[in-house]
Amino acid sequence: MRALAVIVLLLWAGPALAVGADETMLPDPAKEVRARELMEDLRCLVCKNQSITDSNADLARDLREIVRERVAAGETDAQVRQYMVDRYGDWILMKPPFNVRTALLWLAPALMLVLGGFGAWAFVRRQRPAAQPQALDADEQARLRALLDEAP
Amino acid sequence: MKPQHVLPLAIFLTISVAFGIAFYLNLDPTETPFALEGKTVPAFDLPPAIEGGEGLATGDFRGKVAIVNFHASWCAPCRAEHPVLMDLEKRTGVPVYGIAWKDKQADLRAWLAADGNPFSRVGFDGSGRVGIDWGISGVPETFVVDRAGKVVWRFQGALNEPLVEKTLIPFLQGLK
Repeated sequence: MRALAVIVLLLWAGPALAVGADETMLPDPAKEVRARELMEDLRCLVCKNQSITDSNADLARDLREIVRERVAAGETDAQVRQYMVDRYGDWILMKPPFNVRTALLWLAPALMLVLGGFGAWAFVRRQRPAAQPQALDADEQARLRALLDEAP
Repeated sequence: MKPQHVLPLAIFLTISVAFGIAFYLNLDPTETPFALEGKTVPAFDLPPAIEGGEGLATGDFRGKVAIVNFHASWCAPCRAEHPVLMDLEKRTGVPVYGIAWKDKQADLRAWLAADGNPFSRVGFDGSGRVGIDWGISGVPETFVVDRAGKVVWRFQGALNEPLVEKTLIPFLQGLK
């Protein structure tokens, strides 16, 4: 029982470690929340598929520090994001904006759905003829009529 | 060809063409974007990393082509590219500047004292903020700044002999 409690507590502590427990939080909790939200949306340059919140990389820590500084200095979310985009391009945003270069990326799911739907439609269409019942011949017609006549 | 063979072949050809294009364009998913391309050198002023040496600031790029190399003594690829940097100034005829990124001054000095200092100026960027302004994602990274003070070329990772010979030197000649 005690072991279970320890495990639960350790699992619970995981997210706290992710943002670097030794980092200085902003004194204003509302600003800290905003800074955390911004960090979630910024991609780590070293790990590529993690946000800077999740990354232990040294550079991610520096970027978290910069986000906190800028939020503390009163910059808007858009200004903080622009600071990062100026240095690292749209690439740094976990949700890249929709433009000519990212159109294929954003439209790919819809495109796949259309392609998959077409594939499924073609498959079903090809199956249908086999499933169609064949017309009854003369003997079967006679048997069917007899059976129907028997019915009360 | 039977109709049921067309689809697998079409899928195969599509994937082949996609890989072909990616290979032709030299696309490397581990590279991060070169957001600074064509923009002016970021504003910075770094103290000298070497005792008695000169630091590096935005003003040092005025009116000439220059190479800038971000490095650190703790970085293994930086040590690997070091021999290539040693005679780079002589071979290219343009100044090679260094920026020591997130390093300890004593470690950096010990390294350059032991293996030689290929840079005519080395700025010390202990906090790494200047590197972030240049958009680096790690060390080593090497940039070329043109006469107008615009950043025009970048390479992520360790410089090597074929790259210098076939890419960097022809690129610099194109700037002259």
